[in-house]
Amino acid sequence: MRSQIEGSRAVAETVARCRPEVICAYPISPQTHIVEALSRLVASGELAPCEFVNVESEFAAMSVAIGASATGARAYTATASQGLLYMTEALFNAAGLGLPIVMTVANRAIGAPINIWNDHSDAMSQRDSGWIQLYAESNQEAADLHVQAFRIAEELSLPVMVCMDGFVLTHAVEGVDVPSQEQVDTMLPPYRPRQVLDPDDPMTIGAMVGPDAFTEVRYLAHLRHREALTVIPRVADEFAREFWRSSGGLVRPYGCLGAETVVVALGSVLGTLKDTVDELRAEGLSIGVLGVTTFRPFPSKAVRAALRGARRVVVLERALAVGMGGIVSADVRGSVPEASITTVIAGLGGRPVTKASLRTMLTEAAADRLKPLTFLDLKDDVVERELRRTG
Amino acid sequence: MPAQRIKFYQTGSFAVGNRLLDPEQRSVQAGADRANSLTMGHRACQGCGEALGARYVLDAVMRAAGNRAVTVNATGCLEVFSTPYPESSWRVAWLHSLFGNAPAVATGVAAALKAKGRTDVRVVGQGGDGGTVDIGLACLSGMFERNDDVLYVCYDNGGYMNTGVQRSGATPHGAVTTTTPAGNSFGQGKSLPLIAMAHRIPYVATATVADLRDLESKVTKAMEYHGARYLHVLVPCPLGWRTASDETIRIARLATETGIFPVFEAVDGEVTEVTRIRRLRPVVDYLRPQGRFAHLFGETPRDDVIRRIQAEADRTVRVFGLTEPDEVS
Repeated sequence: MRSQIEGSRAVAETVARCRPEVICAYPISPQTHIVEALSRLVASGELAPCEFVNVESEFAAMSVAIGASATGARAYTATASQGLLYMTEALFNAAGLGLPIVMTVANRAIGAPINIWNDHSDAMSQRDSGWIQLYAESNQEAADLHVQAFRIAEELSLPVMVCMDGFVLTHAVEGVDVPSQEQVDTMLPPYRPRQVLDPDDPMTIGAMVGPDAFTEVRYLAHLRHREALTVIPRVADEFAREFWRSSGGLVRPYGCLGAETVVVALGSVLGTLKDTVDELRAEGLSIGVLGVTTFRPFPSKAVRAALRGARRVVVLERALAVGMGGIVSADVRGSVPEASITTVIAGLGGRPVTKASLRTMLTEAAADRLKPLTFLDLKDDVVERELRRTG
Repeated sequence: MPAQRIKFYQTGSFAVGNRLLDPEQRSVQAGADRANSLTMGHRACQGCGEALGARYVLDAVMRAAGNRAVTVNATGCLEVFSTPYPESSWRVAWLHSLFGNAPAVATGVAAALKAKGRTDVRVVGQGGDGGTVDIGLACLSGMFERNDDVLYVCYDNGGYMNTGVQRSGATPHGAVTTTTPAGNSFGQGKSLPLIAMAHRIPYVATATVADLRDLESKVTKAMEYHGARYLHVLVPCPLGWRTASDETIRIARLATETGIFPVFEAVDGEVTEVTRIRRLRPVVDYLRPQGRFAHLFGETPRDDVIRRIQAEADRTVRVFGLTEPDEVS
């Protein structure tokens, strides 16, 4: 049933209907509302059986999830920013052990300087952790992606991160059709673990692997990730049939066919982008948008298919590879090496990405006047003053 | 499945046999159907105190748990020497995740079992002193504070032995390690049993591999409680302590007889039992046989360091009442 609801609350209710058996929680803005809502659902008995573990750090949160998942329980946690970085070691471990943990990342910048607002620096820093990364465009998609995430994770025995923009989505109240229990149960059968800590059938999990087999282990992990490129769209199709709405999948082309210019982006900025592009198209500009829902594994073929025919590609990034430029750009360039690609760094640390700025930038791009690496709305006076001051 | 017939015959020694005793009085290791949790073929050094301690601990856990236990292991010697892929010496359900998170992983296992209503399965976390008193301390303290249903066992050999004998927070004062070549000038080693007791958890105990019956009985007792329990086992390391591989038991016994390592139990944060020292020996008896303390007795003897270690042992003896006569009941 559609209701006006905060993004975090919609995600929490959806997660609860996915019947997690262990939830570990550590507070960090802008994620906290999600675990707060879940703690109430567990305390009230609405979500049962479920153990809600208040841990002492994000590193512990992911570690508790690892133990729970290896024991055959459906495990969930949520974090953001510094918290995601603090659990980095455990993230790689969860992926290496092939544990289907699902985690919400309420995307937020990383300090220093400390900044609690939205960008994608946190999740992008974990690009190579072995986690599947899905990016939500809206709160509806954020809720829906969690149902799909558990399915994908458990089918592949891989952990999945659902990334939703901090504050912009987590704290926004808007209309969301929260999946009902019956619908979720149809999509999500009980968790059947591939490996489990069972005293009646004891096995050693997490053994030391030396040079003789490590390459093979990593190669097999890579193959498993590539397999996700088949599973993710299949689950999205199944979801669409069950729920009568489209969420998830690999990529989301919007007016790409025949467009001279295509803007590639992830997350909530896609809404503003589409509005801007609608206006520019009405004014005669040949321009489309490609939303990347699945960032890891990177859907090169789908991106290539969507960008076929585009003369120029603008990749709008909400994170920065310092000393290089774009992060998503590198993957897009690898998928369409023949295209002219420019990188636009936008919305770092919560700076709003406005329609006006996008309009100016895209008009410049369509006229081939955009620099290969552009920082949207960069305050040149501040930069110049500081450069003068510090020599 | 994990219980198996032992593969070799043991005579009735004090250490492992006790075959001449009534069955109910025999040690776990003397049982013909002991779990043999950590079985043969592992790569521990000769005379490894940790391998011995871990085997006794886990076999006792398995007996107490009716062979239904899950073990979570921190990174370290014990993990490395027991699981070189594709081999494993573990006959228990065993999970290794990271160096600093074993207590939290064990919490996750316990939470999953609780959610699944598996009250029959018990959870053990274990690691060395580096993994416990240093890098894993936050996770361990969190596990204690929540009183999660986990028995955590620290095998303390006073250093990072797996990486080549570096100093840890449990390295005793004066000991030479590869990162304290002139002898450890810091404190006297973190006392995790006291830190554990400060959390008021149901059961804390210390033991050494010199008294394996005592170790078994403490594990058995720990398994009678639910909630967070902590066992700190002194396990000499021939490599790091520079002792002969056949000296492990003797050195561990000297640690208790000199008052260096107090053997006690605490329930709900209060000491309830101490193992008395029948004949208290000077700390030099413990220090002299160990290569890591050889510099204290070299050309320029470090009587100041020895006096400090003796003073610390005296304090331990006094605080725990280690030489007081047993109460007559």
